[in-house]
Amino acid sequence: MSVTATIRIQEADFDAAQEIAALTKGRTDIGAVVTFSGICRGSENGEPIAALTLEHYPGMAEAEIGRHADEALSRWPLQGLTIIHRFGRIAPGENIVLVVTASPHRQAAFEAAEFLMDYLKTNAPFWKREESKKGTSWIEARDHDDAAAARWTKS
Amino acid sequence: MRVKYFAWVRERVGLAEETVEPPADVRTVSDLIGWLSSRGETYAHAFEKPKVIRAAIDHAHVRPDAAISGAREIAFFPPMTGG
Repeated sequence: MSVTATIRIQEADFDAAQEIAALTKGRTDIGAVVTFSGICRGSENGEPIAALTLEHYPGMAEAEIGRHADEALSRWPLQGLTIIHRFGRIAPGENIVLVVTASPHRQAAFEAAEFLMDYLKTNAPFWKREESKKGTSWIEARDHDDAAAARWTKS
Repeated sequence: MRVKYFAWVRERVGLAEETVEPPADVRTVSDLIGWLSSRGETYAHAFEKPKVIRAAIDHAHVRPDAAISGAREIAFFPPMTGG
């Protein structure tokens, strides 16, 4: 049976438990579900922040995440995959991103979730701007995120 | 072709998108960055460090040497910081 990923780019919050339930309901073949939730921190480089605002590229965000979802489905024996990425203003403690992977055994679910997050960080067209007492500024990309994504490149 | 700008590239250019008709000798993404940079101070500021700028043609990432012929939409933006 072919698996179709659920991908949503939305301003609204999500509920990780609901998303897990939606993937596993009525099934007895799934043996492992891994979820990754990315949450807005209350500080950046030691400075408190009021909120993040995420800008995205509508159309390309769905297309790019879809390409990585397809690659994950082809590389690991997944039985279900859900990816949700929020945009707009997000306060500390609120959700930013969710990846849920389901497979018969845990290794594939762990690896696929990590692969997807590493690629979302560096390739999904989203940009974070932080609000603090000093005003607003764009968060800079980190070299270690590029290195994390590069380790999944097939040699 | 339609050109879109995101994040600080958008802020520096002062536009989210526009339609442009570059001359025929503008063949690659890199050429287009050079041509846009010559259009005024806001563009020159946005593209002052071309190596930092990322580009996409029709919703897929491309390198600076990618050909732009046939592109419907080209986007320029800083390195991504989602996730």
